Amino acid sequence: MKYIGKAMSRVDGVAKVTGKAKYASEFDVKNVAYGYVAQSRIAKGRIKSIDVSEAERQSGVVKVFTHLNAPKTKSSDDDFFALQSDKIVFSDQPIAFVVAESLEQARFAARLVKAEYEEEKPTSDPRSAPTVDSRSPKMRGDAPAALAASPVKFEAEYTIPIEHHNPMEPHAGIAFWEGEKLTIFIKSQGVQAFQGHLAKCFDIKPENVRVVSPFVGGAFGAALNPHYITFLTASIAREIKRPLKFNYTRRQMFTGHGYRPYTWQKVSIGAEKDGKLRSVIHEAVGNTSTIENFTESPNGFGRTLYECPNYHTPYKIAKTDLPTPTWMRAPGAVTGAFALESAIDEVAYQLKIDPVEFRLINYSEKDPETGRPFSSKALREAFKQGAAKFGWEKRKLEPRSMRDGNWLVGWGVAVGTWGAGQAPATVRIALSADGNARVGSATADIGPGTYTVITIIAAEFLGVDPAKVKFELGDSDLPNAPMQGGSITTASVGTAAQGAAMAIKTKLVGLAQKDANSPLAGASVDDVEMADGTLSLKSNAAKKVAVADVMKANGMTEIVETFTSTPNAERRNYRTQAHGAQFVEVKVDEDLGIIKVTRVVEATACGRIINPKASHSQEMGGVVWGIGMALQEETAVDHRYGRMMTTNFATYHIPVNADVQSVETAFVDEEDKIVNPLGIKGMGELCLVGIPAAIANAVFHATGKRVRDLPITLDKLI
Amino acid sequence: MTDYNERPDSEELSDDERAILSELGESRRKFLGTVSATTFGVLAAQLLAEQEILANYRVPEDAVFAPVAEENAVSVTLNINGTKRALSLDSRVTLLDALREKLGLTGSKKGCDHGQCGSCTVIVDGRRVLSCLTLAATCEGKTVTTIEGLAKGDDLHPMQEAFIKYDGFQCGYCTPGQICSAVAMLDEAKRGQLSYLSENIRGKARAVKLSDDEIRERMSGNLCRCGAYPNIVKAIREVHTGTEVAETWEFVKEGVNDAAV
Repeated sequence: MKYIGKAMSRVDGVAKVTGKAKYASEFDVKNVAYGYVAQSRIAKGRIKSIDVSEAERQSGVVKVFTHLNAPKTKSSDDDFFALQSDKIVFSDQPIAFVVAESLEQARFAARLVKAEYEEEKPTSDPRSAPTVDSRSPKMRGDAPAALAASPVKFEAEYTIPIEHHNPMEPHAGIAFWEGEKLTIFIKSQGVQAFQGHLAKCFDIKPENVRVVSPFVGGAFGAALNPHYITFLTASIAREIKRPLKFNYTRRQMFTGHGYRPYTWQKVSIGAEKDGKLRSVIHEAVGNTSTIENFTESPNGFGRTLYECPNYHTPYKIAKTDLPTPTWMRAPGAVTGAFALESAIDEVAYQLKIDPVEFRLINYSEKDPETGRPFSSKALREAFKQGAAKFGWEKRKLEPRSMRDGNWLVGWGVAVGTWGAGQAPATVRIALSADGNARVGSATADIGPGTYTVITIIAAEFLGVDPAKVKFELGDSDLPNAPMQGGSITTASVGTAAQGAAMAIKTKLVGLAQKDANSPLAGASVDDVEMADGTLSLKSNAAKKVAVADVMKANGMTEIVETFTSTPNAERRNYRTQAHGAQFVEVKVDEDLGIIKVTRVVEATACGRIINPKASHSQEMGGVVWGIGMALQEETAVDHRYGRMMTTNFATYHIPVNADVQSVETAFVDEEDKIVNPLGIKGMGELCLVGIPAAIANAVFHATGKRVRDLPITLDKLI
Repeated sequence: MTDYNERPDSEELSDDERAILSELGESRRKFLGTVSATTFGVLAAQLLAEQEILANYRVPEDAVFAPVAEENAVSVTLNINGTKRALSLDSRVTLLDALREKLGLTGSKKGCDHGQCGSCTVIVDGRRVLSCLTLAATCEGKTVTTIEGLAKGDDLHPMQEAFIKYDGFQCGYCTPGQICSAVAMLDEAKRGQLSYLSENIRGKARAVKLSDDEIRERMSGNLCRCGAYPNIVKAIREVHTGTEVAETWEFVKEGVNDAAV
């Protein structure tokens, strides 16, 4: 392959380093008004009265909206919409929306809105909130009986706090109407999903809604759902009959787009003395809100990981008076992996077996759920390569056995896995006679490098230089694409891009062969190579014809093909998963408990890598997220008031540059002919999944202290 | 009510969609459900440019405006990227909001508006400054360089080149702040300014050669949620030392990922 698999700088790089890339709130829309929300100080109850008179009197204020005069959604979805009634269901819920000529005026006036409440006592602590059973897969075997009969038993509880995505770009939108047609620039991981949402909210046709989001300043799941910003911005713009801009503040981000739920987990493991797993019972309770039953799969992810005949994963959700959680990078899996991969480590220590060896003893060669083979699984190779790169063989098993001066050194390992999904996607390619290609699909690029990777695939199969390919995304007018989530984008949109390029080649070969004297006469499409603007026979490169000449001969200036790819049926006979072995070194100050993650090796088996440069960046991102989750991140809630407290970067800590040192990636060879023609599996979630557990395991190895409640802050070590 | 998009019946989902749903939970269904049913759009005539989308938009005559548009006006003249800009601004306007909302210079980003993230970093009179904590009115007569002012025409600043070369960003939102910060930070090192990690704090200030740890320390005021930090350090190191920095990824075995296949 000429371009696929080779490192390429981002095609949107210049736009991003020069400040020209336009994010949602940066479009220059004339006569724009500014919105700002006033928020509830109570978490539960109702608004008894609300006084906006002082706010409305302020200079520059256009209008103030409350539940009494704000437009109502026509959607019956149970999403949270702002200003729909007097009911308060979480603290910091919007109670009024001030529109003014400037941001400063709107912000000031919002502070003058006065509300009186009928207050009820909130329950924000998931530990005391009522729970409901959520769906869980059927128990494999008889886990409780097998546990009871196991010679080796282990049981422990783990918790993770609420965590927030905190993309650097706060959610923002600019909306305007032209008659019944709505255009909205908005931070979005899926413009067509937002389009459908807005069409339902206004009960208008989707073609009357255009959602535009060419650049997204990080999202990590926070912009999968439209959240209250989308309908609020669009509906108020309609009321004031002019463009409206609305940005969340950083603080509003904490209650404006969901979060990773607090999750309590209990892992019970039964094993043989030789380390063979006999039973795993992995229980989980995550929090949700009172308005929506948010579920993910914190414990289900582990069911394919180990060969264990008895496996049970009961799951409940606790209904709290907090906003609704949402998917946050590696949703469910990273939560569950922290518990399961910590517990596996604990059992390995109990049996004095090396943690890598222990995992290999229990390696699942086929899907233990169904008995189906994996479409590919190079996890064993990942362990081998990762361990070699890391220098694992020099590790001493005993905790507190390695040090570097005053620093205790710990080495930990964990496994990550994520489903190699694919969804239907459509790509349209217009190839001009001059060799330029316009490629379009309504996907997103929230940072993984989708602009670049689709450019590479299109260039590869069109046989043109990537510089001649222009890929457009982030506009609901473009051909259909799934949301950017679940690590399915490259597999979905990339497969469609390949298909569209192949369709163009097929068309061109057919057109060339209309000429009876064509050098390609009688050749099948597979016999022909399309490269550098030329169609030639693979068997005899001298037999060729220029693409431009073929088009010219047929009176064409461009060829347009649209291709929809769907997951192939063959996948059903297999389990399709990506895997990674993740190795971490920590150093812990013996006296002060300061923890540094000094070295990480990600050995990743996730099918074909299209652009190793950007893929490595994903791996780094996963590591940095893992460091945050393991050591720093926590949204503290004051349960007396049901209020999130750490709603800024001074109190909600995410890793800074000094927190991150060496991150190395080993891309492990993994050919997969089942998942899709290119063998693409996806990796954006995978690279995070095992990291928090690997860090916790390394901290145990360094200190002998097992911390089961994240984040592992220094106070828990001294 | 009319339901244009939803495919409520899970039977219509593909195996893979169902697998994703089961990994991610129930409520994603409605959004996954919307992706396949909308009509095919046409390929946009141009890159997603505001000109294309906004070309025909006119504000209707009955649009609602407030009677008074501005208060507490102060006059301020800023020298921005080599051009003098005379502005009449609400006294509460920060330098960041003046750039983004009044001057159309949206390269400087608002990440927190509290001076905690560094996305808004610009260079004022040669020093890196958090423009969200700087009132525009205090910048009278000062020289402001934003990300838009670093390149000379099409020639990128070496730091911009290095960020592209080492993939020092992903989503790109913190990037202008990182680059402005890095450019001014290297000047600080040239001037011999100290950091928390400086070992020798006595004597006359002289140009400092920065270690990776020093770069990390001095760049820790600029948050990057995508986690591009190691690549940011590489980019800065190359600009600082003029020496290329090695990659930290590899294909560990020849095969499917070998470009020669």
